[in-house]
Amino acid sequence: MKKVFAADIYKVFAKVSQKSKLYIPADDGVSQARFLPYMEGMTLTEKLNTGRSAKDLFFPQVENLLKFKVSGKQIEIVDQRDEVESFVIFGVRACDCRSFDILDNVFLYDEPADTFYKTRRANGLVITLACNAPEETCFCTAFGIDPADPAGDITAWKMADAFYFRGNTDKGNALLAELELVEADEEAAHQQQEAIRAIAEKLPFGKLDLTGFDKEHLMEKFKDPRWAELSESCLGCGTCTFVCPTCQCYDIREFNNGKEIQRFRCWDSCMYSDFTMMAHGTNRPTQKERFRQRFMHKLVYYPSNYGGVYGCVGCGRCLQKCPVHTNIVKVAKTLGGENK
Amino acid sequence: MMHDPLFPVLGVVTDIRTDTPDVKTFRVVGVDGKKPFIHIPGQCAMLSIPGVGEALFSITSSPTNEDYMEFSIKKCGCVTTWLHAMEPGQQITIRGPYGNGFPVDTDFAGKDLVFVAGGIGLAPLRSVINYVRHYRSRYGSVDIVYGARSKDDLVDYAEIIEEWSKEEGINVHLTIDNPQEGWDGHVGFVPNYVKELGFDTSKTVVMCGPPIMIKFTLAGLLELGFDKTQVYTTFELKMKCALGKCGRCNIGDKYVCKDGPVFRLDQMDQLPDEY
Ligand code: SF4
Ligand code: SF4
Ligand code: FES
Repeated sequence: MKKVFAADIYKVFAKVSQKSKLYIPADDGVSQARFLPYMEGMTLTEKLNTGRSAKDLFFPQVENLLKFKVSGKQIEIVDQRDEVESFVIFGVRACDCRSFDILDNVFLYDEPADTFYKTRRANGLVITLACNAPEETCFCTAFGIDPADPAGDITAWKMADAFYFRGNTDKGNALLAELELVEADEEAAHQQQEAIRAIAEKLPFGKLDLTGFDKEHLMEKFKDPRWAELSESCLGCGTCTFVCPTCQCYDIREFNNGKEIQRFRCWDSCMYSDFTMMAHGTNRPTQKERFRQRFMHKLVYYPSNYGGVYGCVGCGRCLQKCPVHTNIVKVAKTLGGENK
Repeated sequence: MMHDPLFPVLGVVTDIRTDTPDVKTFRVVGVDGKKPFIHIPGQCAMLSIPGVGEALFSITSSPTNEDYMEFSIKKCGCVTTWLHAMEPGQQITIRGPYGNGFPVDTDFAGKDLVFVAGGIGLAPLRSVINYVRHYRSRYGSVDIVYGARSKDDLVDYAEIIEEWSKEEGINVHLTIDNPQEGWDGHVGFVPNYVKELGFDTSKTVVMCGPPIMIKFTLAGLLELGFDKTQVYTTFELKMKCALGKCGRCNIGDKYVCKDGPVFRLDQMDQLPDEY
């Protein structure tokens, strides 16, 4: 284990950012924290987590795919893939770090791999940061995530006077070696972990009972009449999907500037009415079906396809951001556990 | 250039045949004049006109056709309207093949086959039918029940009459919804016609058509004593990636673009009826 005194963390950032682009969670000057490219003078946010998730760095909201030039009956396909420079992202929380595993299953391990995502994953180095003060909307522990010991290439802990670092992968160890940090005593980090776990233990939704959300109960859950009341107030605004670190849905669109046609992909939301709209209609005509799709995907379909792993990491963003206070915890409490 | 599965290749439309007032069949080759890729019957391809959009279509030609691919396309949306308006020689983009396709070399081998199609639903089945005709000895008897609104709405009418009907061991049963001058064949809806024809329950049924036709035909088949394990169909949902990643085309935990579009009907009992 290595450490750096709290006052010197910005020297570390400066050093890292000389070699590769570095993103740290910082206040955006409006109201939220977000991952921003590090520049001298910037400070780490005091907020627990970023408003938008770390997913953005690997699966950006908008991404160019190809360009086309059309003249008469001829088409020219132009590859204009942007170079992805190597980058380091500091301060990823345990929940967001697990979300990468969830996206990896879809974009990397399910053939054929998405080469845009793959390149970003290969070029990105993740430094996670253990959560000193999980909030009451956090429920990562319900998914077996330990906020005191997140994964990533390097794990960091913030103590009163210093940041502690542990390398988890070759890539992570190599970076730590370059940084020439001082050796640290593991015991202090362990004490910190225990303190974090004691807080996590008391989180109101930390022990959310997910019994009944599995492949075996797929039809039963789908047919549950309570989806009607659960979805009643949903506005279909899509906020919950856009802030979610595990939402993967995308659209492919084009923009014609008169000279060439840019094909790009962008995030989409199953909460939107046109998501499945075809020329002759849609198979999810009301918000009830769309709402059900989002939560069935997280809690039943995803685990059914990926060995029981849930498609939610308990980051709590949809709890904080939904304008009508409906969210995955409400769904799980209504349809799962003893209410199943 | 690192190839991404979302990247298409160029294709050229070399021939356009008008089948019905709203269906045209497009012949497509690569820019090198060869077939863009190999497929199995029932699989699909993404065709696009840059600036208009991309859409998924089932490949209606048989893989045994080594020279080109064909797509029978009904005019109903943005991309299809554009396709219908274009002229031969036009370049398009193409990527694929997508989906599982029909189990032509496994479950279908040695079986008596009944094809049931309505309207443009013949498009994916034509690929299987011509595959079966090519490898005729590998299959038992073939029945084709095909219906449309009117005689003019029957897709591939010439091929059906000139080729399929004349072949030994193939029985073609055509029907149209309402009586029409110059039509002396059967009149009535496909599901009823299937029941009237009353096939032997040892046969394997392959269906494609509007959801309502599928629903009633299946009910009729079950009444006749068929089991759902003997009946196959294909689904069509909105698609964007065709790779099981954009999250758009799922029925429960299955993605139609990847796990489908062909499903055996007993499999649908384990899935929500959201299609
Ligand atoms: S569903 Fe909500 S709590 Fe779960 S990962 Fe997504 S935003 Fe976070
Ligand atoms: S659940 Fe809430 S955040 Fe999500 S679409 Fe509905 S209203 Fe918007
Ligand atoms: S079309 Fe994207 S998941 Fe099927």
